[in-house]
Amino acid sequence: MTITEKILARGAGLKEVLPGELINARVDIALGNDITAPIAISEFRRIGAKKVFDRRKVVLVPDHFTPNKDIKSATQCKVLREFAMEQKLTHYYEGGDVGVEHALLPEKGVVVPGDVVVGADSHTCTYGALGAFSTGVGSTDLAAAMITGELWFKVPESMKFVYYGRLNRWVSGKDLILYAIGDVGVDGALYRAMEFAGEAVRKLSMDSRLAMCNMAIEAGGKSGIIEPDAVTKEYVKRRAERPFRFYSSDPDAGYVEVREYDCRKIEPQVACPHLPENTRNVTDVGEVRIDQVVIGSCTNGRIEDLKVAAMVLKGKHVAPNLRLIIIPATPDIYREAMEKGYFDIFLKAGAVISPPTCGPCLGGHMGVLAPGERAVSTTNRNFVGRMGDVTSEVYLANPAVAAASAVKGRVAHPDEVCGL
Amino acid sequence: MTVNQPASPVKIAKPRGIKPRTGIKGRVWKFGPDIDTDRIIPARYLNTSDPEELARHCMEDEDPSFSKSVKPGDIIVADKNFGCGSSREHAPIAIKASGVSCVIARSFARIFYRNSFNMGLPILECGDAVDSTDAGDILSVDIAKGEIRNVTRKKTYHARPVPQFMRELVETGGLMEWVRRKFPQAF
Repeated sequence: MTITEKILARGAGLKEVLPGELINARVDIALGNDITAPIAISEFRRIGAKKVFDRRKVVLVPDHFTPNKDIKSATQCKVLREFAMEQKLTHYYEGGDVGVEHALLPEKGVVVPGDVVVGADSHTCTYGALGAFSTGVGSTDLAAAMITGELWFKVPESMKFVYYGRLNRWVSGKDLILYAIGDVGVDGALYRAMEFAGEAVRKLSMDSRLAMCNMAIEAGGKSGIIEPDAVTKEYVKRRAERPFRFYSSDPDAGYVEVREYDCRKIEPQVACPHLPENTRNVTDVGEVRIDQVVIGSCTNGRIEDLKVAAMVLKGKHVAPNLRLIIIPATPDIYREAMEKGYFDIFLKAGAVISPPTCGPCLGGHMGVLAPGERAVSTTNRNFVGRMGDVTSEVYLANPAVAAASAVKGRVAHPDEVCGL
Repeated sequence: MTVNQPASPVKIAKPRGIKPRTGIKGRVWKFGPDIDTDRIIPARYLNTSDPEELARHCMEDEDPSFSKSVKPGDIIVADKNFGCGSSREHAPIAIKASGVSCVIARSFARIFYRNSFNMGLPILECGDAVDSTDAGDILSVDIAKGEIRNVTRKKTYHARPVPQFMRELVETGGLMEWVRRKFPQAF
């Protein structure tokens, strides 16, 4: 069996599962945010449920439009707060405790290796980086999971992505996943579990792995996953709040498809408008003038991302009339970036530093685009109108490319700013 | 497909006879491939979950005339990967509240597919119907049989069969009704 099949079999209390099989699995964590949880809570109440299945396992993170951008958003957050208090949920965060959900939960050890996790947010696939089965669902599914502690799944076929060789300079997990999405397309892994493997993946930091699994959904994947190893152990050992278990794929596990990539050929990638599959080498994008750069989100708002941005921005200033918005994804990342002196570098470069929020990634607030404006962003989607007006454009890239682009005022390779 | 016996089997209590809506007939709105949920309902309107309000902005960034011109019963026909992107259930809610009776696509993104069954928006996968249907055609659809008839062109197509469990889910009255029956101790 693959790692995905083993985790689902454990969740379903079975010895074995096969792709295509329908199972009911226990969920270890059920997650909702300020956009999706209000509908789940309303379904919970409508059907007459009284208690969540386990107050330690239902997690609510109001992160999308917080700090509340308007009255309606504040009202949605109030629904979450009141529900969390009523149900005495142990994992509810707000104010100075809240961060972007998919950065916050791994950091706090709320999700651990071997878990079955469902979240009413499509980027819930992020936690596959820890060796968990984790997938996005809708609000009604979340309501069912909150009540029963289980959910039905079709066991996905697994698709393997093997990355060989050494990474080029400035290349991170973000580039490896963008490269794969460019290869297979936005529905190239539809309904499948994407398993990332190979020597290059083994050498990736946890922050890079989280960025990689985060974007499995952008290829249509049900989940992304990386077999846990020493890097995983180092990350979870001082965070995990529950016992965890490492699973791995058997040597004879079945894959519906295997893709192999030579990392020596992978340059920093840019996904041009309006689909994440429109990827190019950053050097092939051409002269694209930009108005805004966003560095943050559940994809690239972690400390390693801010570190590389600081490296590129040190002693530089952003181009005239360009807005650089930096959003540390959690309070802990915020504090660490401050203590390490990154904020000094960012402020001297002319950046704005936002509190943790999803904000501009989905055109919510903290950096919405005007008609015809263009942004380079470390987020995960560049759909039509994603960051603002329907005629605005988003170019997806890693934090080094985003920082270099902010300095140049156009899509730029980090070497143009930092030299070799 | 081999089926193991799950510890907690996915089985439905006796269906109560809430039948999926049959006899759907309507005019076609045609869309291309990879229509993402931001185009179905832009995130700037997600500070509410009120169906009527969401319906007012349905498909706004793809076709600004949609919400004003769509008529009850109309049918959306789209190419591959309809509903890709976010998990927002606001997408099928906005479509349903706008009066659309059914969505037919070459394929659906998986969360949208699940959400539609859970909240009761009829959807069918049928590449043949997509290929030979134009905007404005009149379709008549039998959801239970998966039969799509293009009344304008006098042609009939058969959609990909809906998995048995999903059919049972619809017949039970959606996921929440299923939960109510399977977990009476929770209420």
